Amino acid sequence: MVHPRPEPPRFPQIVRQGVDGCVVRFSDKLTEAGNRAALAFQGALAAGEVAGVEEAASALASVYVRFASIPALHEGVTALERLLAEEDFYAADLPGGRRLWTIPAVFGGAAGPQLDDVAASVGVSRATAIETLTNTRMRVLATGFAPGQPYLGELPEAWNLPRLGDLIDVPEGALVVAIRQVVLFANASPTGWQHVGQTAFRVYRPENTDRPFPLAPGDEVCLRGVEPGALNGLREGDGGATWEALP
Amino acid sequence: MTAGLLVKRAGPQMSVQDLGRPGFLSKGLARGGAADRSGHAEGAALLGQNAAFASLEMAGMGGIFEATGPLRIALTGAVMPARIGDRILAWPGRYHLDPGDVLDIGPASSGTYGYLSLGGGIATEAVLGSRSANFVAGIGARVAEGDTLPAGEENGSEFSDATIDVADRFSGGVVRVVPGAQTSFYSEETRARFAETTFVRDRRGNRQGVKLIGDGLPFEAAGQKTVLSEMIVPGDIQMTGDGAPFVLLPECQTTGGYPRIGSVLPEDLPIVAQAAPGTQLRFRFLTFDEAEAAFQPEEARWRALRSAVRPLVRSAEEIRDLLSYQLISGVTAGGADIYGMEEDA
Repeated sequence: MVHPRPEPPRFPQIVRQGVDGCVVRFSDKLTEAGNRAALAFQGALAAGEVAGVEEAASALASVYVRFASIPALHEGVTALERLLAEEDFYAADLPGGRRLWTIPAVFGGAAGPQLDDVAASVGVSRATAIETLTNTRMRVLATGFAPGQPYLGELPEAWNLPRLGDLIDVPEGALVVAIRQVVLFANASPTGWQHVGQTAFRVYRPENTDRPFPLAPGDEVCLRGVEPGALNGLREGDGGATWEALP
Repeated sequence: MTAGLLVKRAGPQMSVQDLGRPGFLSKGLARGGAADRSGHAEGAALLGQNAAFASLEMAGMGGIFEATGPLRIALTGAVMPARIGDRILAWPGRYHLDPGDVLDIGPASSGTYGYLSLGGGIATEAVLGSRSANFVAGIGARVAEGDTLPAGEENGSEFSDATIDVADRFSGGVVRVVPGAQTSFYSEETRARFAETTFVRDRRGNRQGVKLIGDGLPFEAAGQKTVLSEMIVPGDIQMTGDGAPFVLLPECQTTGGYPRIGSVLPEDLPIVAQAAPGTQLRFRFLTFDEAEAAFQPEEARWRALRSAVRPLVRSAEEIRDLLSYQLISGVTAGGADIYGMEEDA
């Protein structure tokens, strides 16, 4: 049985989450502005703009905030409300220190067995599908689910493909698509998203104490198509990827 | 040789755990740490040391360990039969091992996660500020036969045998739930039905979470197929595609689109973690006022544990009686998966 929500949602909204936290929700759909707001708001909290915040983590269009204590939560929620009233986070600059990554990828064939199905669903040729995947400069909308795993987007509207009920197994570094997004898998995993390509890029590097999670929310990613075999031996280091600082 | 334990035989699901790695949620790394944080902290209380010290978590089954130097140990969490040589030990307890002593810990008779703590903690190498293995994240490994568990520097002063008085959290019961950011996605009728359902801990469960089954299924939220993915924290009660609840534990995924009806009050989460397959659980929603009144920060709860430690003066006969009682009344059903650790969905 499905019931309507009790009230129409209004954003940004602060809703409590458990006994010691809250969620600041900027949208109930993925939008560029909602994601921008979440990234910028998380950046403001990371910069210490509200006292008593123990942890602030951004998802696609919301930020989870955990406080050090119940009194800190009560004072903190008031401070969050003030911060939201003072600044339009939907139009805010993204946090500083962002990087533009170029990550080589093999598309189709054994490296992306569902590329042809995806191209057919989108209604384009295989070559056009690869062109879209490599010409779209995507943002790391969020990292999550598994360590360092990026949700990249958005692809054009025609790529609003559903997640599939039948799960497939994909390897570490796999590129999968659904709902106008691309995920680069942290680990071998079952998924309902469709497997279109493969990278040698490790999104989680526990041995790298300086930067164990190379991709940060807000970073941008371009995929560069390479020939099968070109990724061999690239798993160490950056998997053949390069980056430059974004202004 | 430094003091520590040589693992002579290992249960299939043993790992080093501490309080985990808070602060990496936005990177997709769950906090992790001991599945039953209270059980882990009780070991620290028995040894008079900080709960940040690492212990050995044993899911369902213990192992055989040989002391490589003089060592204080504590046994807490899920009740497991234990002995040093021929000497039967009461659980929970604090004991002393001499070099060469062999500690034998058997299968859990009640609960799922047992803890073996060492004076000075287990001093394996820390990764991102924690010694916890996190299997989902690929950090650390299961403790296996032939491994050594080195003890850290011992500053303890209490060497006599002792035990700790703790409330039973191994037999299920009522678990308090705090509303979450998505509770309002569920109708009042669904929430009431959820609170009236007696759930049974399914055989599917691990450090990521445990599945519950019950007559009231499915529990569905408004527009649940289009809920935008948000942050998840341990204790959240998430409804998967078939409308069955999963209570999420330390290695849960950090984001997800399946809606969550609420979040288990942190001090009650060990009841869920310790519930062996077949254990009955019910949920009671608290208002925020009730939750705030009930909530005690971990540090306060764990400080109070120190005063629950008392000398162990039982005779060996009494201890045998106690152990046999626990074995008879234990919740582990005959033929059940004693590890409670079948692979997750």
